[in-house]
Amino acid sequence: MAEQLATGSRRGLRPALPLLLPAYLWLTVAIFLPLSAMVFFSFMTDLPLAGKEWSFTLGNYAAFFSQSLYLTLLLASLRLGLEVTLWCVVIGYPAAYVLAKVLKGRSREAIFLLVILPFWSNGLVRIFSWAMVLREGGILDITLNAVLPFKINIDLMYSYPAVIIGLVHSYVPYMVLTCYLTLQAIDDSLIEAGRSLGASRLQMLKRVIIPLSMPGLIAGAALIFVPVVGSFMEPRILGGRTGTFYGTVIEDQFVAVFNWPLGAALSFILLAVVLVILALAAPVLRRAG
Amino acid sequence: MAGVQVSNVSRSFGAHKALDHVSIDFPDGGFYALLGPSGSGKTTLLRQIAGFDFPDSGRIAIGGESVERVPVEKRRIGMVFQNYALFPNMSVADNVAFGLSVRGEAKATIATEVQRALDLVQLGKLGGRRPHQLSGGQRQRVALARAIVTKPRVLLLDEPLGALDKALRVDMQIELKRIQREIGITTIFVTHDQEEALTMSDRIGILRDGRLVQEGPPEEIYDRPQSEFAATFLGDANIFRGDATGHGIRLPDGMTIAAGSGPSLAAGTKASCAVRPERIQISTGNAKLDMGNANMLEGQVSKRIFAGNNSTYFVDRDGQTVKVIVQNTGAERLAEGQPVVLSWSPESTVLIAA
Repeated sequence: MAEQLATGSRRGLRPALPLLLPAYLWLTVAIFLPLSAMVFFSFMTDLPLAGKEWSFTLGNYAAFFSQSLYLTLLLASLRLGLEVTLWCVVIGYPAAYVLAKVLKGRSREAIFLLVILPFWSNGLVRIFSWAMVLREGGILDITLNAVLPFKINIDLMYSYPAVIIGLVHSYVPYMVLTCYLTLQAIDDSLIEAGRSLGASRLQMLKRVIIPLSMPGLIAGAALIFVPVVGSFMEPRILGGRTGTFYGTVIEDQFVAVFNWPLGAALSFILLAVVLVILALAAPVLRRAG
Repeated sequence: MAGVQVSNVSRSFGAHKALDHVSIDFPDGGFYALLGPSGSGKTTLLRQIAGFDFPDSGRIAIGGESVERVPVEKRRIGMVFQNYALFPNMSVADNVAFGLSVRGEAKATIATEVQRALDLVQLGKLGGRRPHQLSGGQRQRVALARAIVTKPRVLLLDEPLGALDKALRVDMQIELKRIQREIGITTIFVTHDQEEALTMSDRIGILRDGRLVQEGPPEEIYDRPQSEFAATFLGDANIFRGDATGHGIRLPDGMTIAAGSGPSLAAGTKASCAVRPERIQISTGNAKLDMGNANMLEGQVSKRIFAGNNSTYFVDRDGQTVKVIVQNTGAERLAEGQPVVLSWSPESTVLIAA
């Protein structure tokens, strides 16, 4: 397989160049240059704006290690990423399975549209609409009180669960889509073969379907975990005082404190940590897939 | 091991009758081919027997036990799929072991049984490979080993050789037949390839539009087809249409054809006669004719196709083209355009009700 890919790319690279170039040029300009600038900033004492004095320093990185707050927040953000990813698997995988293997034709299209719908709405609007639902006396409270015989007051707003709810809502479509793609690629005759051999549905799920859809689960998890660890919008709006995470601290450095060098350094530490986690997970995940 | 009885099974998908009151008795230990064109219902019938789908009405019994409402995982059948359906995430040995391991058999038992099954299909050394590292024929064998290792009551094969090339297919036909004989399992084999059905099976059932057209041993169906469809679908046949005369027909031009077998039909009803191309003798007018060949027609060679061991002649007569296959015995070959006499015996002729 790897060999095939290698020969394929060698043969195909030269004529493919005009097709590849625009995308890579854009990526270079839009990502690589700003990132390089950020790397540069992260080693400066101050922004080189308005003629301020500056010099090179490692102090911004040292700040991370000298104050335990940053590490605590980073761990909290990693835990947040893990929890949101897990909830997305729990909620998204069954939905992807039904979309790929149970529904056919028009009903599949309709349900699919509902999954993709969040992508079409503005992220900020989505989060604020959650605020309307979750706040004290909000839509959730009103609905529950209309249904339940006793008075209930679920004040989820400005809490950790509210952050989780908002983030899972934003990111679960990624899990549904990536899992849908791998589940759909599983030939139905494999499931029939398993059943003809006497396997129960649970055994089929455990031994055939989940292993074969592992690439989708991994891709979905990576797509969700990485941005959630650095997320700041949902924690700030839905979490309130409890919503202080690593991402919000970075955001503060850029928009509130105007300490861009520290913000940049914290960002690269996050990037490094996430890359290390992905690298450590890769062999395990590759074997599972 | 067990025979399978299908009685009056019907299954519709919307307005489409996929199976229409089909009854077949699959003998214990026999090799049975379900033959038919695509859309004839043969795969639907196999799926009812397997338990992937349940009939709307009728009864299916395996070894005398009614199973028409038993789901597939409880039917104790083995199935080989057209695309093999091997689990790509498992090794060959794990694929074969799957059926035993979901049943919770002991590891040592599984290992012995898997090795025995792999040896039976002559893949004893390839247990560690992945399915994608195998050739089509090898995958086929793995699929077969996986299906029989659990000692199922019935082996169901859904066009298992369809994806193989011609030479490999012939090899696998012989191999499949050998394995089936060796373990003596009742086997039901779906195919649209008439040659495959003829060479491999003890009995053939021909399906068309969800109905059973005819069933019986291959020789019987080939020699005594009961319908034009059976005659032309299983092998090649010349069909002559006319009015019944009792034991034969009268063609529109007044010539008569005598038939040695078939139903007795009231004189004057529409009927046809089927004759296999290899049963017809072709000769120039002055040659001496075989006295037994009471049926005789004159015509003109329109085309000859030479195929080495035999030649096929297309002979035109009265608006019809008759196909004749002649063995290459070194005798004189006939030229296109030559007037000829076709003759054959009533025993080679089957009367068919229209």
